[in-house]
Amino acid sequence: MNQNRIVINGHTCDFDQGETILDVATRHNIYIPTLCHLKGSTPTGACRICVVEVQGRNDLVASCATPASNQMIIKTESPKVITYRKAILGLMLASGNHNCAIGSSKEESWTEFQIATLNNDYSEDLCPAWGDCELQNLAYRYQVVGRQNSHFGEAQSEESSSSMIAPEINNPFIIRDSSRCILCGRCVAACNEVQVNRAIDFGYRGNESKIIAGADDSLRHSDCVFCGQCVQVCPVGALVEKKALGHGRPWETEKIRTTCPYCGVGCQQLLHVKDNKIVKVTGVEDGSPNKGRLCVKGRFGYDFIYSKERLKTPLIRENGELRPASWDEALNLVAQKFTQIIQESGSDALAGVSCARSINEDSYQMQKLFRAVFKTNNIDHCART
Amino acid sequence: MTNSFGEFAKAKMFLVIGSNMTEAHPVAATFLKNAVQNGAGLIVIDPRRHKLVEFAQTHLPLKVGSDIALLNGIMHVLIKENLYDKQFVESFCTGFDELKATVMRYTPEAAGEISGIEPEMIVKVARELASIKPVMVCYTLGITEHTCGKNNVMSVANLQMLLGNMGVECGGVNPLRGQNNVQGACDMGALPNVFPGYQAVGDINARKKFETAWQVTNLPAHNGLMIPQMMDGLVNGKVRGFYIFGENLANTEPDIHKVEHELSSAEFLVVQDIFENETTRFAHVVFPAAAWSENDGTFTNSERRVSRVRTASPPPGYAQPNWWIFKQIAKRMGHNWKSDSAQELWDNEISVLAPNLGGVKYYRIEDDGLQWPCPTINHPGTPILHTNGRFTSGKGNFAPVEWTPPAEVPDEEYPFVLSTGRRLYHYHTRTQTGRCDGLNEMLGEETADISIGDAYKMGIKQDEYIKVRSRRGEVRVKARVTPEMPDGMVWMAFHFREGNSNWLTNPAFDPNTLTAEYKACAVAVEKISA
Ligand code: SF4
Ligand code: SF4
Ligand code: FES
Repeated sequence: MNQNRIVINGHTCDFDQGETILDVATRHNIYIPTLCHLKGSTPTGACRICVVEVQGRNDLVASCATPASNQMIIKTESPKVITYRKAILGLMLASGNHNCAIGSSKEESWTEFQIATLNNDYSEDLCPAWGDCELQNLAYRYQVVGRQNSHFGEAQSEESSSSMIAPEINNPFIIRDSSRCILCGRCVAACNEVQVNRAIDFGYRGNESKIIAGADDSLRHSDCVFCGQCVQVCPVGALVEKKALGHGRPWETEKIRTTCPYCGVGCQQLLHVKDNKIVKVTGVEDGSPNKGRLCVKGRFGYDFIYSKERLKTPLIRENGELRPASWDEALNLVAQKFTQIIQESGSDALAGVSCARSINEDSYQMQKLFRAVFKTNNIDHCART
Repeated sequence: MTNSFGEFAKAKMFLVIGSNMTEAHPVAATFLKNAVQNGAGLIVIDPRRHKLVEFAQTHLPLKVGSDIALLNGIMHVLIKENLYDKQFVESFCTGFDELKATVMRYTPEAAGEISGIEPEMIVKVARELASIKPVMVCYTLGITEHTCGKNNVMSVANLQMLLGNMGVECGGVNPLRGQNNVQGACDMGALPNVFPGYQAVGDINARKKFETAWQVTNLPAHNGLMIPQMMDGLVNGKVRGFYIFGENLANTEPDIHKVEHELSSAEFLVVQDIFENETTRFAHVVFPAAAWSENDGTFTNSERRVSRVRTASPPPGYAQPNWWIFKQIAKRMGHNWKSDSAQELWDNEISVLAPNLGGVKYYRIEDDGLQWPCPTINHPGTPILHTNGRFTSGKGNFAPVEWTPPAEVPDEEYPFVLSTGRRLYHYHTRTQTGRCDGLNEMLGEETADISIGDAYKMGIKQDEYIKVRSRRGEVRVKARVTPEMPDGMVWMAFHFREGNSNWLTNPAFDPNTLTAEYKACAVAVEKISA
């Protein structure tokens, strides 16, 4: 009787064997905050922000790592849970350079703080993840101000924040700033369990604990292949895309889904576009076939389209040199020349090679031009490479 | 691919042959590695010890171009030890006796002699493959870019039919396609023998159908030329007008000297591209095209999935979508085409004319795409081909093949075998990746990969410039000494003009597909004396 039912915040929810409390809640649109949790990888229970109260148990349990079991009665936002979460958030904010919460005067409200920050958006010290940070969102949701107990706050007022631990910037794609790392371990899971590149891991112990690349070297000198998956999953500003820096905050960009232009996997990408320009690319979570994953080319190989060397006008060769021409002139020349060749030597004196990188519609149109207009089947592409 | 990427992570066993997946198809490789971490088996057949070998239970470092001998050897063991799937073979396949007659000559000893693999290893791998069901076979251009490319492909298919691994989830024969839309360009009929949807130009009914749809008469019935024949035509004058759309043939075709001679012989060459490149140097007219993310459209990936491509930025200057350019030429030659956007082309023409794509319409592929065959509007698409033994042409036909050596093999003068391909940080001739911030910083020039043993023998140090020569040309290039390489082999890419492997490669082609033998030619490696 009543098999596989649990009650969350008064709602009865069914569940499948093996689902965690978090899985069940998510499926029923009940929000539980998470930080270290990364869908599809082994739960570590590292951050404890997802704790919930289970009736009959004294301790709070991590919902991402606790399987649902029959008749559980769960509260996700009880006073006890909230107090606990606030404490965790306070510790996290205090443990690093989270200047979004400590960057302004003492007793200010969050609203004032936000306005102040907006006015100062491109200041060097402001965290690049501002507005795109799960820690910031949670601090706001639970109204936790990082100032209390913050030794970083002190440092901030005396010297510049960059003097703490210099961010790693010696590669073209990823900025790694351990001073903003909350040690949730999502990047470690992304690198080891999702992309399986095994470039980064937890290193050292206790207070010394940090994420290390190789034997505590820079990404560049590790097995890192710059797939950027760790950046995509980082909930805070510890890992950010270098190429996107200063090119727009998340609310300013439009997200456009498209397909990667490189290899035959056909990864689904989300283009972050501001003022008609791609400023960043991420993988479409849950999209097929790539389920949010990208490689270095798919994630960072988008800006060729903005190269100054792009062809911008038709060109016609004259006295050995290519010179700019109008569309009409160039199209007329080609049509006339092809007509002449067909008249003199027959349709098969024309041949064409289509493009295996361009869209289907282009290849269709080109073969139609050759077959229906030129009357030749001399159309091919590098089909076998 | 007969199967889909979505099955990778669930598969129990992989055979990867001629595919350096972590560099050429990195995201596909992640799913394969996930499966291995969850306990799946992996056998890698490849001359190089590439990254995936770290994850493999068995690596067979065969000699370049000996695939058929090795696969025949494996099938020999499967038949001799009665390990093959008799029920599948009897119910769904024809030609078993012929296959048997051929592979029976490839004893493990004979196959081992040709491939350089110990006979015991061949027996072991055959048994491993038979011990788990299904096995998913993945391959890439290491199989196709040979003078025996077509036979290589048939050999792989023979193996999978013999093992009964066709038509099932996590099985099948899965070529990972090189370019994003090479599958689509084939589907669209950018081939000399078929209309869109693989309808043969020689078939009168197909021609009638397209004559009606396109409102023309007398569509040509004989097959057209393939690229290498076109290139010959430029020199002998049979091809007078040549139209190259988006391919940098001057760097991608084997034997650059020969290709450039051919291109410079063109009487009238039109090139349509997004950049000036080595090929536009020979053009008489250049059309500026809109690039990826500058117009709407669709790509079809290796698993036959048609996905949307969307506009993010306007094309620069006067650049225009490619389909628009073709339409304008047609107009000037007396044909007024109706469709005026990629969506109209797809929804009103392509999906109407290609039966396998009949159910694919733009409104259905807003999110995840659809995998063809998808014949009707209610069809969910087809992630796995040939289920329940239903092959396209009735039964699966074993086509036994004999091993043939590459067209050019090492000799005294050219003692190394050169094989070529792509590296992680760049794509083909770098017209795109070379213009992306950061990618050049990760890989700034071509290298020639050689083994530690060979480097030691010749006194070549890491990063030292060396000379690599073939009968076609020579390059000066940095040596990359790496444990990935076996002795006697050199491996290079074609990303950079300088040190491009195609100065060296052999323009010898598979007699059927006219695919060039990029994967094998003979070269000499020399120290440049200081
Ligand atoms: S970029 Fe990719 S390989 Fe490098 S550390 Fe991040 S997840 Fe690992
Ligand atoms: S992101 Fe990488 S793996 Fe995916 S389609 Fe693009 S090039 Fe291929
Ligand atoms: S999200 Fe559950 S412990 Fe971190």
